[in-house]
Amino acid sequence: MRICIWVFLVLIVCGLVCGINADQTARTERISGSAGDVLDDDPTGRLKVYVYELPSKYNKKLLQKDPRCLNHMFAAEIYMHRFLLSSPVRTLNPEEADWFYTPIYITCDLTPTGLPLPFKSPRMMRSAIQLISSKWPYWNRTEGADHFFVVPHDFGACFHYQEEKAIERGILPLLQRATLVQTFGQRNHVCLNEGSITIPPYAPPQKMQAHLIPLETPRSIFVYFRGLFYDVNNDPEGGYYARGARAAVWENFKDNALFDISTDHPTTYYEDMQRAIFCLCPLGWAPWSPRLVEAVVFGCIPIIIADDIVLPFADAIPWEEIGVFVAEEDVPNLDTILTSIPPEVILRKQRLLANPSMKSAMMFPQPTQPGDAFHQILNGLARKLPHKKNIYLKSGEKLLNWTAGPVGDLKPW
Amino acid sequence: MKLSALQQSYMNRRNNSFRGPAPLDSSSDGSIKSPSAIFWLILHGLCCLISLVLGYRFSRLVFFFLFSTSATNLYTSPFRSATDLSQTLNFHSNPIVNPELPFNRTAATTTTTAAVTTSSSRVVVGRHGIRIRPWPHPNPDEVMKAHRIIERVQMEQRLQFGVKNPKTVIAVTPTYVRTFQTLHLTGVMHSLMLVPYDLVWIVVEAGGVTNETSSVLAKSGLRIIHVGFDQRMPNSWEARHRLETKMRLHALRIVKEEKMDGIVMFADDSNMHSSELFDEIQNVKWVGAVSVGILAHSSETDESSVLVIEKKEDGENPSMPVQGPACNASNQLVGWHTFNSIPYAGKSATYIGDRAIVLPRKLEWAGFVLNSRLFWKDAEEKPELVKDLDSLDGVDEDIESPLSLLKDISVVEPLGSCGRQVLLWWLRVEARADSKFPSGWIVDPPLEITVPSKRTPWPDAPPELPSNEKVVVGVQEHTVKHSPKTRTPRSKRSSRSKRKHDTKIVDTQLPVRHSEQN
Repeated sequence: MRICIWVFLVLIVCGLVCGINADQTARTERISGSAGDVLDDDPTGRLKVYVYELPSKYNKKLLQKDPRCLNHMFAAEIYMHRFLLSSPVRTLNPEEADWFYTPIYITCDLTPTGLPLPFKSPRMMRSAIQLISSKWPYWNRTEGADHFFVVPHDFGACFHYQEEKAIERGILPLLQRATLVQTFGQRNHVCLNEGSITIPPYAPPQKMQAHLIPLETPRSIFVYFRGLFYDVNNDPEGGYYARGARAAVWENFKDNALFDISTDHPTTYYEDMQRAIFCLCPLGWAPWSPRLVEAVVFGCIPIIIADDIVLPFADAIPWEEIGVFVAEEDVPNLDTILTSIPPEVILRKQRLLANPSMKSAMMFPQPTQPGDAFHQILNGLARKLPHKKNIYLKSGEKLLNWTAGPVGDLKPW
Repeated sequence: MKLSALQQSYMNRRNNSFRGPAPLDSSSDGSIKSPSAIFWLILHGLCCLISLVLGYRFSRLVFFFLFSTSATNLYTSPFRSATDLSQTLNFHSNPIVNPELPFNRTAATTTTTAAVTTSSSRVVVGRHGIRIRPWPHPNPDEVMKAHRIIERVQMEQRLQFGVKNPKTVIAVTPTYVRTFQTLHLTGVMHSLMLVPYDLVWIVVEAGGVTNETSSVLAKSGLRIIHVGFDQRMPNSWEARHRLETKMRLHALRIVKEEKMDGIVMFADDSNMHSSELFDEIQNVKWVGAVSVGILAHSSETDESSVLVIEKKEDGENPSMPVQGPACNASNQLVGWHTFNSIPYAGKSATYIGDRAIVLPRKLEWAGFVLNSRLFWKDAEEKPELVKDLDSLDGVDEDIESPLSLLKDISVVEPLGSCGRQVLLWWLRVEARADSKFPSGWIVDPPLEITVPSKRTPWPDAPPELPSNEKVVVGVQEHTVKHSPKTRTPRSKRSSRSKRKHDTKIVDTQLPVRHSEQN
C-alpha cells in the first residue's frame, strides 16, 4: 500500500517535470526560429472572441469628448476595439467564445497638454466590471480568467504614472485573474502579471510610411538619439529620471562624434533614424517607449537600456538577436560595447530587422493587415488556449475581493 | 475638490513628489519642535551651506557614512528588504574631477521606505547616481573601429540596394603643368578616390609626361594611365579648349586600343564632381547626358545673363547657368540647355590668366558619359559613330562635344532625373601668367617672415614689435601678413573663449552644475 503511494508520488513528480520541460522546449523552439515563423501565424480559426456591448459612456463618449485619444501612444485600446468589431475571430454567440473583450477606453482622459490622467481609471474599470458581471454570467463563471483587457498606460493596470505610487497600488484587485494586454513590461514587477501580453505602444503608421527614404541611402550615423536626458521640470538634479541612465549617456558621450544625441526636435527625425546604424532606446519614467517601434520600422538596431524590461511579444520575437541589450550600469562603456560587436552580427541584426513581418508586427495599421500587432495579440491569446479546467469556479465560490484597494477606488463612476 | 487639486499638480507632471534629499522625510508628518527636530533643522541648514560652498548637493547622510561602522554597501546594491533600514549613501555624481571625494564616481542607491515589495527584483525605485567614467571622451581606437563598421554596413547596403554589377568608371582628364594644376588635380583626385566602384584614370598631359604631375598622381593609389601629348598648351582659351578636345580623343583611342570595358566620363581637372554623379552614371546604356552647373561668375555680371531654365530647383542660386538635357513632361529628351554667351560678349577672358570670366562652350564634354563599348570595333548593337576615332587623328576639325561624334543624337539618355539634378560644376580658374610658386609646393627653407602688423586683431594685446625682422627672398606674391603671435594673448583668449563656450552649454542643461575648469 505504502509502496503504491510512493510509486504514485514519483509518477506525479516525473509528470510535472516532464510537463515543465515540454513547456520550455516549446518556448525555445519558437524563439530560435527566424523572426517570422511565429509572427506569420494566422489567428483566425484558432480562437473566438466575444465583444461585450458596453454603454457608450465607456468608449464612444470619451472619444467624442477628446478625439486626441486617437493619436497618442495609448491609442491601441481604441484601435483594438475597432479591429475586433470587424474581425473574423469575433463571435456573436458568447457560449462558444474563448475570450471576452471589454471595450473600455481607460486612458482617454487627457489633460490640456495631452497627458492621460489615471485617477478615474480604477473606478471606471470597477464600474465596467460590475456591469458585465451583473448583465452576463460569464464574468462570475471564471471571475475574469477568460477575459482580457487592454490597459496601455504607463504602468499598466496599476493605474498611476509614478512608479512608486503604482507599485503601492498594485494591479487592480478585480483584474488579478484576467489577462492584461499592456505596454508596460518589467520582470519581477508588481504591475506585470504572469501571462500578460506585452504590446508595443501606438505609433502612427501613416506618418512613418510618409517619411521613408530610399534604401540605398548610406547609413552614416553610428548612434542616434533625440529626447530628454534630464527632466528639468520634475527632476532637475537627475538621478530619478530614467534611473540616471539617460543622464549618464549625455555626460559620457556628449562630445563623442559617433553619438548623434541631443534634445532637438528635428523635422527630419524619421529620416535621420533611417540613416543611423544604432538607435538608443533608453528607459524614461517607464521602461517602454515608442522609440523601439520607430527603430524597428526604420531598420535601425535598437539599443535597449532598461534593466529587466519585457519587450513586446517577447515570446514571439527574438529580441536578443535583433537588438542590443545594455545594462544600465554599463552605460559608461557603451562605445566600447558597440564597437566590439563584430560586423557580421550587425549585418545579421539588420537582416532580421528588414524582415517585413517584423516591421508589421510592431504597427497598428488601419485597415488591418496580416501579421500586424492586432494579429500578434490574438496569436498571444490563442497560445494561451485551451483554458485550464480550474479557472471555472464552482457555484458560489468567490476568489476576488471586491472591496480591496484604496477607498477612493470604491466610489461609483 | 481633491481631484482638481491633483489635476493641477499634474500640470507639472510628476512634480512635488520627490521632495528633498532624504526619503526619511516622507514618512514624517509631525512638526513638533522637539530637540531632535531642531537638531535636524540646524544640521540641514549646515549641510545646505556646505553645499553652497562646495557647489554640489551634499547630503547630510554623509554623517551616517562617516560615523557608521556597519558594512553599508557603496556599490550597486541588490534590493534590500523593508526590514533592513540600512540607508546606503546617495552621492550626486558630478562631472568635476574632484579629488577630495573619491566616491563620487560610484553609483549608490537609496531604498525608499515606501517601496515595500517582496519581489526579488534587481531594479530599485528611487534616486540613482549618474555613472560617469573617469575619462568621458572618445577613444581613437574605438572611433576607428566604428568607422570600419560604418564602412562595412554601407558596403552591404550598396550590394543590396545599389547598382547590381557596377561597371568600371573610366575617368579622362586632360591636364598640363601650371600654377593651379596641383589645386585642381588634387580636388579631382580626392573625388575619384572616394568612388566606390572600380576606377581607371586616364590622365593626358600636354607637353609630355612630367615629374610634377606624376608626383601628385602617385599619392592617390588609383589605377592611372598617364600619357603625354606632344603639343604644349597654348596661351589662349580658345586654343586650349581645342587642344583639350584633341587630348580627350587621344584618351578615347587608348580606351579603344586597350578594349577597356566601362563607362567613360570626362573629369576636367578644375571641375567639381558630386559623389552622386558616379552612382548615376552607372545607369547609362550607351550615351548619357547630365546637367552641369556653370560657375562663370565675375563681379561685373548683370543678373539678366541667366539662361532660361524650366525648373527653378536647378542650382543653389537661380542665376547659375546650367547646361544639359532638356526634357518634356513625360521625361523624354527634347532638347538641350546650352550656355548663352551673348551677355558676356566682349567681357570674357581671351588669354589664360586674364582677370575676366572664362566662358564654356555651348555644351561641355564634362556633361556627357559614354559607354566604352561605343569605341570598340566589333561591338554589336551600338549606336553608330559618325567617324571612326582613327580617322579623327590629326584632323583640325573642332569637335565641340561628343554629340558631334554620334550619327543619331536621339539615343542620348538624360541622367539625374532627366537633367533636374546638377551633378557636377564646371569652372575654369587659372593663375596669372607670371605667377610663381614653390616647386612641388614645398616651402624649403621654412618661411621666416616676421612683419609687424600695425593693428593687432585682439583688443587687449599691445602692438609690440618683435626684435628680429628677417625677410625671406622669393615668394613675393604670397607674403601674407604674418603678425607676431606671442603666446600669452592667444592662449588666454583661447582659454577664455573655451571657458565661455563651456559655461554656455552647461547652463542650458542644468542650472546646478559648474563649468569645466581648464
